[in-house]
Amino acid sequence: MKLEIAFLYHDLMNIYGDRGNIITMTQRAKWRGIDVNVSSLTVGDKVDPDKYDFYFFGGGQDKEQYTVADDLQGETGRALKEAAANGAVFLTICGGYQLMGHYYRPDKGKDIPGIGVLDVYTVAGKKRCIGNVIVETEFGNLVAFENHSGKTFLGPKARPLGKSVVGFGNNAKDGQEGAIQGNVFGCYLHGSVLPKNPHFADHLLQLSLKRRYGNVELAPLDDSIEMAAHRAATKRAYATR
Amino acid sequence: MHRTGRGGTALPGLVAATIDPFILRDLTARLPGGSAMVIGTNGKTTTTRLFGTILETAGLKVANNRSGSNLLRGLTSTLLNQASLDGKLAADMGLFEVDEAAFPKAQAKILPKLILINNLFRDQLDRYGEIDTVRKQWANTIKTMVPGTTLVLNADDPSMVYLARFAPEGVRTVFFGLDHPPLALTELPHAVDAARCIVCGTTLIYDAIYISHMGHYHCPNCGFHRPDPDFVVKAIELSVEDGSQFVLNTPDGPLDLKVGVPGLYNVYNAAGAAAATLTLGIAPAHVKEGLAKFKSVFGRIERVSLGDDRYLLLALVKNPVGFNEVLRMLTNDPVKRLKMMIVINDLYADGRDVSWLWDVDFEILAERLDFAQTGGLRATDMANRLKYAGIKPSKISWEENIAASLEKALEYIEPGETLYITPTYTAMLQLREVLTKKGLVVPFWEE
Repeated sequence: MKLEIAFLYHDLMNIYGDRGNIITMTQRAKWRGIDVNVSSLTVGDKVDPDKYDFYFFGGGQDKEQYTVADDLQGETGRALKEAAANGAVFLTICGGYQLMGHYYRPDKGKDIPGIGVLDVYTVAGKKRCIGNVIVETEFGNLVAFENHSGKTFLGPKARPLGKSVVGFGNNAKDGQEGAIQGNVFGCYLHGSVLPKNPHFADHLLQLSLKRRYGNVELAPLDDSIEMAAHRAATKRAYATR
Repeated sequence: MHRTGRGGTALPGLVAATIDPFILRDLTARLPGGSAMVIGTNGKTTTTRLFGTILETAGLKVANNRSGSNLLRGLTSTLLNQASLDGKLAADMGLFEVDEAAFPKAQAKILPKLILINNLFRDQLDRYGEIDTVRKQWANTIKTMVPGTTLVLNADDPSMVYLARFAPEGVRTVFFGLDHPPLALTELPHAVDAARCIVCGTTLIYDAIYISHMGHYHCPNCGFHRPDPDFVVKAIELSVEDGSQFVLNTPDGPLDLKVGVPGLYNVYNAAGAAAATLTLGIAPAHVKEGLAKFKSVFGRIERVSLGDDRYLLLALVKNPVGFNEVLRMLTNDPVKRLKMMIVINDLYADGRDVSWLWDVDFEILAERLDFAQTGGLRATDMANRLKYAGIKPSKISWEENIAASLEKALEYIEPGETLYITPTYTAMLQLREVLTKKGLVVPFWEE
């Protein structure tokens, strides 16, 4: 069995340590004897929509985000839409999440178009939402760190990833965090999110393998360190907000 | 006002700045030799100390801000503490380490005759904003420099070379940089900020990489490139125990220099301090003597003897780049096995988001660690990071309480061995408190 991972815009959308998510997917697959190949892709690279099981798309700075948004309007955007439609799994965070939606509306200037595989749109906000978060989801509670000024709103085709127990969430209004549409996941969860939420990591791993290998039973792992980090982060979230 | 009795160095400044917003300008304007400022993400405390040691070696009395109090209030309180009752500073020159966010205000109030900028890295994004924002702010500040003043910049950092474009006419720009191929890396580390051309966005081509994004680079599209520096570091010899030796090629010929703190990043710090002081007209002999006699700054890198032939080596870590450099230094010797204690807090001064730990290349430790103890508020996050870096869980142990964590780690240290400790900022303060109680170190405000 082999898991093909695409690290989208690895050199432009890589702030806030989101690389931890790739490391986590890779290690948790390898510890179960599953081969992993990570392709680091960037502007100008051709994306083969049939090749990858799991796409990771992280956060970037404003300037980089414009470059990426521009690239997504071409060949790459079409390939990603096709991959999403065929059931590939996407984990997209912060800037990546915003670009999976319909558009990002900045304070001034024109809307930055996304690729619309998530029925969400984002509007620039004045106040930055920063801090530890806890999100209640169908996969269990997630602990993470948010750091965004964009406010994201969901349309009818997307459902929230979960409910903000601690933190601002998508838009500091409706008490929700993230979005799911098909196998595309978007959220504002840094930290990195997957290392200390192994239950969510395994859900994504299982989902990623499903397309090519059907229902794969994942061998259980000793997650005592992961869950200790999960509990400590939960404690810090309540203590700091 | 007299200096405060404890480590809280910013309070008098807060009071004074509230009473008199012009006090910083008044105080510095009276310094006969003018002022210099040191800016940068990594190494500015060490660089400022190196700079100051050289000035003092040359016989100058220097007013400066010590113990890392580098926000505007800290600057004001430092000067007030050093001023006599009639508001005069008994000093020849001012030398200030300035926080990246305080740079615009400090420039406006101090108007230094020389500004030394080391580098610009991603550092605690939740506190400072994005790197582009910081660079823009610095560029706007540089535009306000007065003719006749000097800007000393690291040529190996593309951001610095970009910033040089904003120096007004009449401002002298001086570059320093490294040229020592044996130490160059072949690929960019993961925590890199500036792999793209700042001018046109094209991927930069590197012929040599020394630390993170610093090295010899050029843009294949717009021609943006590293200029030939005025001061070039060559023939570097690194040693964890004895510090580094190198040759500095200056416009007036080569200088053999030695700096008493280890690590390649301290070679950059020493080169910056040497370039700045030589530019100010300090004699080469004083530069050489000052660098050689320099002792480590509080916590940056510090060796502590436990008195029973066991040792601690403390190295402050605050961002992926600095941490990667410490790891590179510790793994320099290919056969040495390491026992480490990593202490991570997530308070404001540490950066509240610990995501950055995932940008540090701990994978380099996988085959080298005998034992790792983690501590601090995020001890478990750190333990988890090590596990995912390929270190066997049986070698990892965690305990949030820092004093207890240290005790646990020391159980594994045999006579003749060193425990390598890498704490974040507030973790370092707590650790020093523990060590002070044991009578092993002096409180940092007495240094």
